[in-house]
Amino acid sequence: MKLSFFAPVLTFAVIAGVMFYALFFLDPTLIPSEFVDRKVPEFSALEPVPGYGPDLSSENLSDGKVVLFNVFASWCVACLIEHPVFMKLKAEGNVEIFGLNYKDTPEAAAKWLAKNGNPYTRTGMDPKGRLGIEFGVYGVPETFIIGPDGTILDKIIGAVTANDLKTRILPRIAGNKK
Amino acid sequence: MINLARQGIRRGLVLLMVVVGLGFAGVASAVFVEEQLDDPALEMRARDIAEGIRCLVCQNQSIMESNADLARDLRLLVRERVATGDTDDEVRAYLVQRFGDWILLNPPFKARTLILWLSPFLLLLFGSLFVVRFLRRKSEGAATLPLTDVEEAELHKIMATDKNKSEAL
Repeated sequence: MKLSFFAPVLTFAVIAGVMFYALFFLDPTLIPSEFVDRKVPEFSALEPVPGYGPDLSSENLSDGKVVLFNVFASWCVACLIEHPVFMKLKAEGNVEIFGLNYKDTPEAAAKWLAKNGNPYTRTGMDPKGRLGIEFGVYGVPETFIIGPDGTILDKIIGAVTANDLKTRILPRIAGNKK
Repeated sequence: MINLARQGIRRGLVLLMVVVGLGFAGVASAVFVEEQLDDPALEMRARDIAEGIRCLVCQNQSIMESNADLARDLRLLVRERVATGDTDDEVRAYLVQRFGDWILLNPPFKARTLILWLSPFLLLLFGSLFVVRFLRRKSEGAATLPLTDVEEAELHKIMATDKNKSEAL
């Protein structure tokens, strides 16, 4: 009899607990990527941002080393936040970074790279966002970490944080050192 | 006469509201159509599919209802796939492959979504079992408890006054 008194209270506590967890510990804007553990989608040579490296195709993303594939745009504010991270990675020289310029104009993209520095080995332009759809991109920036054989190891949605760099990028590119 | 006139006006107003409301409903579903397929049957199919595709950047709106850039791109993509001869399921599969089940407003029934689909029925089952047990125990409890002496006396009093009343009538 005493136990059944607690049943409603217990039920409420469980529901409240689940909702509390969902409210503070789950981010509804993060959509799990379908691409982790899959091969990068095939695409043929994309025009580079004028003046910024040779053209970019899917073969460049599977060249025997872990590489980063970063989706950026000159209109994207969060890209400015993560840009220094890529500049630093570029300076350290352990990983090649490829840039997909998403829904941008060639002039604006070139100006942006001239102003903020170019961390990319190659760039490719996706003015209409069609390649973005092939990669399941739904916001900028997104960063794919791609394994030596072209398998996508991880995808970082939004600006790369110091924590992302430490826990998701650095351990994976450690093997690139000779 | 005045009452009749008033009623007529009221009826007219209600009718007007309904008509205006329906008009808006028609407008609302046709806001984001930037291009149409030439074949009306294909266009209908494309819209049907688009209504079941979630706009990824706006949470719980379909791409048909959203003015987001990505929603527009996906609407165009759906039209394109329909025009090239994909079936409805092929168009959906194409999108699911790239964006995951999340892109479908109606989650598919499979092992991972079992709890989602079955929990309402389980809750209904447990709920009704609980209600049946609760009601049964309550009625049994009331039937088996004998009246106390005080209650018995009270009952006699009430019945006696009732009898007097009906005789007085």
